[in-house]
Amino acid sequence: MEPMIQVTDLYKQFGKLEVLKGITTTVGRGEVVAVIGPSGSGKSTFLRCINLLEQPTSGTINVDGFELTKPKANIAKARQNIGMVFQQFNLFPHKSVLDNLIYAPINVLGLSKDAAVKRAEVLLDRVGLAEKRDNFPNQLSGGQKQRVAIARALAMEPNVMLFDEPTSALDPEMVNEVLDVMKQLAESGMTMVIVTHEMGFAKEVADRVLFLDEGILMEEGSPVELFDHPKTDRAKKFLEKVL
Amino acid sequence: MIDFTKIQDSIPYILQGIPVLFQVVIVAAIAGMLIGIVVAALKITKSMFLRFLGHAYTAVFRGTPLILQLAIIHFGLPQLTGYVTTGYQSAIIAFSLNSGAYISEIIRAGIQAVDRGQWEAADALGIPYMKQLRSIILPQAFKNILPAIMNELITLTKESALISTVGVLDVMRRAQVVGGEKALYFEPLLFAGFVYFVLVMGLSLIGQQVEKAMRKSG
Repeated sequence: MEPMIQVTDLYKQFGKLEVLKGITTTVGRGEVVAVIGPSGSGKSTFLRCINLLEQPTSGTINVDGFELTKPKANIAKARQNIGMVFQQFNLFPHKSVLDNLIYAPINVLGLSKDAAVKRAEVLLDRVGLAEKRDNFPNQLSGGQKQRVAIARALAMEPNVMLFDEPTSALDPEMVNEVLDVMKQLAESGMTMVIVTHEMGFAKEVADRVLFLDEGILMEEGSPVELFDHPKTDRAKKFLEKVL
Repeated sequence: MIDFTKIQDSIPYILQGIPVLFQVVIVAAIAGMLIGIVVAALKITKSMFLRFLGHAYTAVFRGTPLILQLAIIHFGLPQLTGYVTTGYQSAIIAFSLNSGAYISEIIRAGIQAVDRGQWEAADALGIPYMKQLRSIILPQAFKNILPAIMNELITLTKESALISTVGVLDVMRRAQVVGGEKALYFEPLLFAGFVYFVLVMGLSLIGQQVEKAMRKSG
């Protein structure tokens, strides 16, 4: 499989705290990778390093043939190709749903307003929120906000999508509507890296699962391998607790 | 003893100071706002030098009396530059620079109160820094800082009485002129006080209305 994301020997320190201790992995084009692990294991930091929201202490990150970690890399340019969905949605509260979706395509990609609106309408329809285009974020439920956030990221037509615990801030009854959208996206061939606590979802949708603990990539494998036959004690213990 | 009928015919003259005062206040508020945004932007950059510049600016203008700044600009600078400014020009320069310092602090706090996630979301979309600031962060910050900005406008309106010291015929100065002419100080000054009070009350009221409207818009 052609590599889409290559992470090599990634270290990240916050002050004296070593959060990532040498992570190396490759995500192939069209692959869906779930990242699991106990809280504090560094999985969110790992994800946030991929688009350089966190500056790695050392190591290299390559996304779609572009090395983000080289000196003077045009990070903003690289990020146009890497969509990100946050736990807290982070929609722009002063902009309508439609304006949330068209702002970056117009102002970053240079799309005409008409083209951006057309693109946004298709996406809103895809996430089932076509009728909410003129609403403001504070008029939406959590699940709706997250679906808008996914659509906003997709409006840049990225080749990679990163999800940072996308359902952790949601009421339980809203989790599935977001997971359904993500499942659709996975089926469409999008390359996805998903930090999640939804083990059922990871098992069903992921091609591969990474298990992180204390900043180390302890184990990786297909969902069947990892969930049903974990090799390390750490993974076994963790899975006993969450499954 | 107090007899306002004695200054009755001078009341229109004093009231003519209101547009004069507002000319200074409005221009200074707008210029101060622009300076405030730029200085606030300096204060939150990654560059140590630019941050220092921003903080130094604020420190100087907050750390010295406004009347002194006004005097230096009006009486001191011509000695240095040879270029004489009118009282009105000096007033605008001094008040703009001064309120810029205060407003920059208000804006800096407002910007830093915007959720970090907003910067991150904008970063993740590849939006350049200046556009993030202008279209994503500042609109949200302004909602939070509007009360403080209104306060600054009120302060500016009151402090504008200082321009009387450089010969601008504002409400204060006119009250003094009337006092001098009639050898009668209490009534014109009291009337000037009343004028300032009404202006400030009016501004507070406008501020409350704007705030209410902003809150409604989510």
